[in-house]
Amino acid sequence: MSFVVDLPAYAGPLDLLLSLIRDEKVDIYDIPIAHVAKQFLLRIRVLQLNDAAEYLELAARLLRIKAQMLLPRHGEAETWEDPRAELVRRLLEYQQMREVVDILERRGDDRRNRFARAYFPEASGESVAAPLSLSLGELLTAVDRILRVTKEPTVHTVVARTLDVAGAIAIVRDVIMARRTARWSDLVARDAAPWQILSMLLALLELAKLGELRLAQPRPFASVEIQHDSPGEAA
Amino acid sequence: MIPLVKLLEAALFASPRPIPVEELSVLAPEASPAEIASALDTLREHYDVDGHGVELAELGGGWQILTRAEYTEAIERAQLAARPQRLSAAALETLAIIAYRQPIGRTEVEEIRGVAVGSILKSLQERALIDVVGRAEGLGRPMLYGTTSLFLEQFALRHLEELPRADELAIALRPTPQPL
Repeated sequence: MSFVVDLPAYAGPLDLLLSLIRDEKVDIYDIPIAHVAKQFLLRIRVLQLNDAAEYLELAARLLRIKAQMLLPRHGEAETWEDPRAELVRRLLEYQQMREVVDILERRGDDRRNRFARAYFPEASGESVAAPLSLSLGELLTAVDRILRVTKEPTVHTVVARTLDVAGAIAIVRDVIMARRTARWSDLVARDAAPWQILSMLLALLELAKLGELRLAQPRPFASVEIQHDSPGEAA
Repeated sequence: MIPLVKLLEAALFASPRPIPVEELSVLAPEASPAEIASALDTLREHYDVDGHGVELAELGGGWQILTRAEYTEAIERAQLAARPQRLSAAALETLAIIAYRQPIGRTEVEEIRGVAVGSILKSLQERALIDVVGRAEGLGRPMLYGTTSLFLEQFALRHLEELPRADELAIALRPTPQPL
């Protein structure tokens, strides 16, 4: 893709040159080329347009005209052609075009400010799907085909396994009554089923909430210590 | 209102695009061009004099009912319709050159603007504001571009001649640059 240089102020090198000529208040038919070329280079440096080829091309053209102006003139003054003539012609043409742009801008705003009925923002070019043409028979055949192909749905039966939190609480109470402290491994058998583990976990949390025991874990992933914490005894 | 005026109003209301006069006369084959012209005048006056929120505009080679500009802000604020985006300065310059010099090739546009316009031409063509209208005779038979009726419509122009002629533009052009 082409490299697009986005310049907020200037639409191109001729625009820049034209505004320079306006700012410097010089006669477009008698451009002091050395001065303008210098200013032009200065501006493209300020605007950091150094890598925009089109600006550099015009800069080079200005320098070439400047060099041609410096050459000694031979022969008749009548036959001498002003090296600036071509540039002036282009500038005038460009300026004329800018005037048309102003007109178009005004007219465009005039139209933009009035809505037509059913105004659609620019057609995006996407083709709209054609309306479906299908007979009832075709539709039913399709449905029939799908129903025949489809297998019976597999139904899973999920049996809820109840937790025995009360039982686990009884176990914990018995153990800590006897031993004062206990570990998780003392309470849950190695081959315990998931429901037993969950019941025990909930039982411990419940008892800790009731203040019957204290849970402590000295460091992450260490075994949890369970201590008897009867309020009566603590006093 | 006489029936012809009502018929034209209904057709103009139904169409999202400006309707050229020829198409309006297809609508009412028994009416003479003068009758249609006077019916359009009656409708326009009806909107203007009686005070309506819409007006009848002649643009893009035809006639169209448009909302009045003073209600645009309110309509847009209520998000009932949105104004199309403005064209960039670069796109407008390119469009201006094509409008005046059509049919014109890419290189000539670039010569006047002093910058490459390939991608701008493409996007203007996508927006249907310009189109390829032919091919030049020269090497490679380059494509020539011209403006479309949508261009006229979007710039509220009846026809291309409504743009000022090049010699009417306000710049003080001296016939030839003065030699030193």
